[in-house]
Amino acid sequence: MANPGGGTVCNGKLHNHKKQSNGSQRRNCTKNGIVKEAQQNGKPHFYDKLIVESFEEAPLHVVVFTYMAYGIGTLFGYLRDFLRNWGIEKCNAAVERKEQKDFVPLYQDFENFYTRNLYMRIRDNWNRPICSAPGPLFDVMERVSDDYNWTFRFTGRIIKDVINMGSYNFLGLADKYDESMKTIKDVLEVYGTGVASTRHEMGTLDKHKELEDLVAKFLNVEAAMVFGMGFATNSMNIPALVGKGCLILSDELNHTSLVLGARLSGATIRVFKHNNTQSLEKLLRDAVIYGQPRTRRAWKKILILVEGTYSMEGSIVHLPQILALKKKYKAYLYIDEAHSIGAVGPTGRGVTEFFGLDPHEVDVLMGTFTKSFGASGGYIAGRKDLVDYLRVHSHSAVYATSMSPPIAEQIIRSLKFIMGLDGTTQGLQRVQQLAKNTRYFRQRLQEMGFIIYGNENASVVPLLLYMPGKVAAFARHMLQEKKIGVVVVGFPATPLAEARARFCVSASHTREMLDTVLEALDETGDLLRLKYSRHKKSARPELYDETSFELED
Amino acid sequence: MATATEQWVLVEMVQALYEAPAYHLILEGILILWIIRLLFSKTYKLQERSDLTVKEKEELIEEWQPEPLVPPVPKDHPALNYNIVSGPPSHKIVVNGKECINFASFNFLGLLDNPRVKAAALASLKKYGVGTCGPRGFYGTFDVHLDLEDRLAKFMKTEEAIIYSYGFATIASAIPAYSKRGDIVFVDRAACFAIQKGLQASRSDIKLFKHNDMADLERLLKEQEIEDQKNPRKARVTRRFIVVEGLYMNTGTICPLPELIDDIDLISANMENALASIGGFCCGRSFVIDHQRLSGQGYCFSASLPPLLAAAAIEALNIMEENPGIFAVLKEKCRQIHKALQGISGLKVVGESFSPAFHLQLEESTRSREQDVRLLQEIVDQCMNKNIALTQARYLEKEEKCLPPPSIRVVVTVEQTEEELERAASTIKEVAQVVLL
Repeated sequence: MANPGGGTVCNGKLHNHKKQSNGSQRRNCTKNGIVKEAQQNGKPHFYDKLIVESFEEAPLHVVVFTYMAYGIGTLFGYLRDFLRNWGIEKCNAAVERKEQKDFVPLYQDFENFYTRNLYMRIRDNWNRPICSAPGPLFDVMERVSDDYNWTFRFTGRIIKDVINMGSYNFLGLADKYDESMKTIKDVLEVYGTGVASTRHEMGTLDKHKELEDLVAKFLNVEAAMVFGMGFATNSMNIPALVGKGCLILSDELNHTSLVLGARLSGATIRVFKHNNTQSLEKLLRDAVIYGQPRTRRAWKKILILVEGTYSMEGSIVHLPQILALKKKYKAYLYIDEAHSIGAVGPTGRGVTEFFGLDPHEVDVLMGTFTKSFGASGGYIAGRKDLVDYLRVHSHSAVYATSMSPPIAEQIIRSLKFIMGLDGTTQGLQRVQQLAKNTRYFRQRLQEMGFIIYGNENASVVPLLLYMPGKVAAFARHMLQEKKIGVVVVGFPATPLAEARARFCVSASHTREMLDTVLEALDETGDLLRLKYSRHKKSARPELYDETSFELED
Repeated sequence: MATATEQWVLVEMVQALYEAPAYHLILEGILILWIIRLLFSKTYKLQERSDLTVKEKEELIEEWQPEPLVPPVPKDHPALNYNIVSGPPSHKIVVNGKECINFASFNFLGLLDNPRVKAAALASLKKYGVGTCGPRGFYGTFDVHLDLEDRLAKFMKTEEAIIYSYGFATIASAIPAYSKRGDIVFVDRAACFAIQKGLQASRSDIKLFKHNDMADLERLLKEQEIEDQKNPRKARVTRRFIVVEGLYMNTGTICPLPELIDDIDLISANMENALASIGGFCCGRSFVIDHQRLSGQGYCFSASLPPLLAAAAIEALNIMEENPGIFAVLKEKCRQIHKALQGISGLKVVGESFSPAFHLQLEESTRSREQDVRLLQEIVDQCMNKNIALTQARYLEKEEKCLPPPSIRVVVTVEQTEEELERAASTIKEVAQVVLL
């Protein structure tokens, strides 16, 4: 999916790039100067924010060893396949029915090669079942395999109180029932669980209307519409907005749902380098000046697809620059704030608030309720005519069942909590706690010497592991020895040589939990030799003082 | 020895240089300079790229005007003024402030307000909270999901089942997981929109056959066979799939399964209708289903189903297994209303007699679809006034491949009493007579 070598860096000064002498595309970044930027629309807007993003390159020996590891794995894979074909080794995988053996094979052999020989060896690190709410601590069901991960069985034991660094629980709103959830219980008892009809037919409940009004108020836009699934929000609404004869400019590392939506729409898709405004500008210029290929007709419209926070890289979109480009070239902007709504910005309103911009300047604001609100579903918000159009033409409104009422109630409750409409300031405190936790966690990890990607304010922290063997060892060690649940990601969700562990910091992680995790990471890092960074900073205890993390607003 | 010969050759060359005529040397010199110039000059660019000056480019950028992001929508479009349901969408539904009997929601087994289902969901809410905060691969797999998959596999008598968190996404993710570019899919014309989107995402060749016409399908298959024989190498790597619906939502008819095949590879279903929950599932042999765990896009890249909805589905399955008698009751009610609605002047019943969701179409349609839709909406509105909640079947007119004619969809549920069914039938008859006269 993602191309290797697509890393970029946002420096403090826009016209100053530090290039590495070997001419690689990756650039090292250390803290740069203060950004003062006047926006192109003439309104001067200054913000004294340090934008610090880093995508450090791995030392050469690590890359060499990683590729060697994959090479050895592949060779062994061929050997095992050979043995299995000739019956020397027992084949544990499911096979096609006898009657259908002479059909064309259902799966390409090569497609499955990676799954069979590399993924299968370490697949106990994924799909781990849990049996409690995904709060800051959770219970993992223990499972073992007797045949090298081909099948699993549950021993019946439960590993209790594992620290959860894997679930997207940014504001800590996904927790087991407590009295504040009484409204959800009431809604469940009155409305039931299902709706059994689409929005256009008999499926619009008063709860949906209430929710949509509240979402619009939260985001400070004119109107909003909600859908039952976040993935489907993208894949069913982008085709409604653009079609043949339109151009989509999509970031290299966009999520599968955005890519699927773009493909289903039938528009022409061009990809620009991750978070790279120069690449985007070049594409925009070419598109406006030269029009459609071959016929030279002008494009009907141009839509830029970006995400607020990219979950695999931990980077935050360079919104001010993209807005400037958008205004100059009259393109439309679609931001997917799945990972940044509720988590980024002084009051949790997303990337527009983070950069101090007006949400009306973005044409389509999309987000999901799964991550910060502890529910499920997605929304699209923007001007009233956009939302009205989607109400009529969205595939989801016509053919898919609407959102379940207790889920809608949970989102309403979470929104009221964050906005402070329930009468307390706890929501705001949680947003600020999340920011503090994020900064602390990232700072400590960088000081320990790990390679961390991304913006210092992004709550998703990717820690690079590179080698496939270390990926498995890291995940297993952290769960079994240290009782910490982590998520590791490898190919194909990341480039082949950049397997990583991904931590999701939550507002409900206490300082003690974070310290436990950091200690465990320190030990594991030493054990597995993961501290690749060449920019080790000395520990400065005065930075851990909470007051220094107060946000500017 | 070698160096001596080399030196000797060199001496000869120098001598030749001295002895050559001047014009020869000058010519050679010019040629050498020319070669050096060609080597170092830039490559020849295509004419068009260098045609526009910077100023012209800036002008083009200034002048370009895109279309508006969304075209304006007329204010009286029916979708903007849809029915708002206050309270639960159960048997007695409150639509736009009026209490009606629900003939529009797909609540076939009446489980939407079943207290056992609600209790199970509540127990799950107390233990797990609401959301799962992650996809199945990253700590989003709860024991309820595994339970539900086991129960569904047992219920459908297959080896394995996989659940999705959205009904539409189930089939739309399952099809592209198996069928890729270059494969061939034979699909019925009346297939629903979700199947169409799945096929579009898979980029395979699509061959449509006439609705429920097995002869047409056979003809297409035979044509394909002839094609294969022309190009056997390609045929060996092209997979072929047949996609049919069990009960077609667009027509209310059933596919002739026994004629079609002897064994089914994949069954995909929706938990949002009879099972009173949200989401969908696929079931079949492990060989087939396991593949979706890594390549079903709606499964891998999306958060898992909230546990309270999974618990509700499990309880619904329990109820279905405990009283299998309700299916017979439902069938009987379908037959009753089907018979009662025959013979309405102006409307014809489309669908099998035992299908719980069938359509009422205009017998003679006026030339324009808009006019038809308006007539049917009139009927629906007047029935609503008489406390019978109905709805028109909604489609995205520009996006459907084979757009079905406009119709009113009537849904039969177990909870409707015989008397209510009679009342509904007579109301529709009266209203139709008034409107379509």
